[in-house]
Amino acid sequence: MMDFWIILTAVLVASACSILGCFLILRRMALVGDAISHAVLPGIAIAFLMSGTRDSMWMLLGATAFGLLTVFLIQTLQTSGLQSDASIGIVFTALFAVGVLLISLNAQHIDLDLDCVLFGEIAYVPWDTWTLGGADMGPRAVWMLGITLTVILLLMGLFYKQFKICAFDPAMAAACGIPVLLFHYLLMGMVSMTAVSSFESVGAILVVGMLIIPAATAYLLTNRLGVMIGLSVAAGIVSAISGYLISYLLDASIAGCIVSVAGILFILALLLSPSHGLIAKFARRREAQAA
Amino acid sequence: MLDWLISLWSDPNTRWILLGCTLLGLGSGVIGSFTFLRRESLLGDTLAHAALPGVCIAFMLGEVKSVSLFLIGALLAGIAAVLCVSAISRWTRIKPDAAMGIVLTFFFGIGTVMLTHIQHSGSGSQSGLDKYLFGQAAAMVTGDVYTLMGVSVLLILAAMLLFKEFKLISFDPGFARGIGLPVGLLEHTMLILTTVAVAAGIQAVGVVLVAALLITPAAAARYWTDRLPAMLAFAGLFGAISGASGAAISTLGEGIPTGPVTVLAATLLFAVSLLFAPGRGLAAKALRHRALKADYARTANTGALEAAEGGSRK
Repeated sequence: MMDFWIILTAVLVASACSILGCFLILRRMALVGDAISHAVLPGIAIAFLMSGTRDSMWMLLGATAFGLLTVFLIQTLQTSGLQSDASIGIVFTALFAVGVLLISLNAQHIDLDLDCVLFGEIAYVPWDTWTLGGADMGPRAVWMLGITLTVILLLMGLFYKQFKICAFDPAMAAACGIPVLLFHYLLMGMVSMTAVSSFESVGAILVVGMLIIPAATAYLLTNRLGVMIGLSVAAGIVSAISGYLISYLLDASIAGCIVSVAGILFILALLLSPSHGLIAKFARRREAQAA
Repeated sequence: MLDWLISLWSDPNTRWILLGCTLLGLGSGVIGSFTFLRRESLLGDTLAHAALPGVCIAFMLGEVKSVSLFLIGALLAGIAAVLCVSAISRWTRIKPDAAMGIVLTFFFGIGTVMLTHIQHSGSGSQSGLDKYLFGQAAAMVTGDVYTLMGVSVLLILAAMLLFKEFKLISFDPGFARGIGLPVGLLEHTMLILTTVAVAAGIQAVGVVLVAALLITPAAAARYWTDRLPAMLAFAGLFGAISGASGAAISTLGEGIPTGPVTVLAATLLFAVSLLFAPGRGLAAKALRHRALKADYARTANTGALEAAEGGSRK
């Protein structure tokens, strides 16, 4: 049963992240995802200090707000004339530093381990259960991730066309009368929500891994957005399950193993993809030379 | 306050650490200015995360905690990571930013696996390894501080010796190639210097935040001047102040980590520069904008008056 809950959590993280990752990759915002997943830390810490509990709703709201604040700050700095890479770097390091400082200064009040912040501890998920009216409802993380995934699926299902046009051609989207900025913040809000709810189970940096790597793998395999999302989710789920098995064999961090497997899948796609893979590319080049 | 400052200086260990962090901030600020101008700021973040497996391998091979050994491990892993990023973005349709994200998390994931593997196998002195994640300058011994200072001096010297070349490849690599400079070699040299700065900074500031040592002082310095030598001086100064205040404030309490304090000091300097720097700061810009508006309103009014007078005279 323990294994079931851990694998379920990993699969939920992988699915939520891989769907959103496709849009981040297409909009060239991969590193904004990186920034958000670090910058939600002070939100989580403040929500902890204010509510004094690990109550999920507080944390989800507080930290999601910080995610949106990050996006807003990055854009404000950019419009004031700072180059985009530097504004991303400054904003997320500053917010992450605030978070680490808040946690280490209130170490006795906050039930959060700093190592946990980076790697997460998915192995503890089954013990941290949510009780409603005395009844055990299963692990809290599964509920939070389940809610997040439902929100993502709902929004994506309703506005798939809008998100698609915004991802490929924001100018055309604006010309069609789609509120581009609203969809931008909607996407970023979903990324923040995912970052927050995956935070405790896989940690800041590995959220980024699940956001970017499966989506990039899928990007190498297809030219169609729908197929890309499907492949990305498949790659995410395969890495979640096999990463868990490998971590069991190696006696090492589950989240680390999951991301490593995702990386290995990416390398395979990089080499073997029939359309964009390196081997196919060199074969085509040699054919062209021979002709 | 004064007592605290005196106690900082009288304790020889603290004095060395303070000096080491100051020099480190200075060196990273100077090197960071070049990476900032080349729009490669986030490379520092990639290098820092990618260093983790290098540090772990160095620990597994050496079985000891030694800053110089870790530096070599971090350097090699960082170079491998940079090669991967440029290979992915050159050979496939994946953009450089996504390539950085992939390499960063993949290396860090492998590093995590190694780190937990070392911790679970329980080989005695591993506890210092997790200090690498958030940085704890107080944990350094004198030998580490010497290494840190040596590295920082090396960075500053290299930047001074190769100043003209670095200036050219930062502003106009095409021209640099045209006049026959070995641009590829210089770019690699700068990359290695950046990697060295990151690898040294990890000890004091930690893996996640070390990128800020490169980015934030340089970005702040950019607001104060349009001249590269002055920018390097400002960036070095801001970096040194941040490093010194990080090391000093973290001696105040047991639980205060050096890294976040250093980064927040740098961010504060950045915010001040962004708002109040003469010329490029937001306040100066707003004042200029207002003056321009007032000026325009005045000339527009007088112009309209003259036009009206001219019209009546006819």
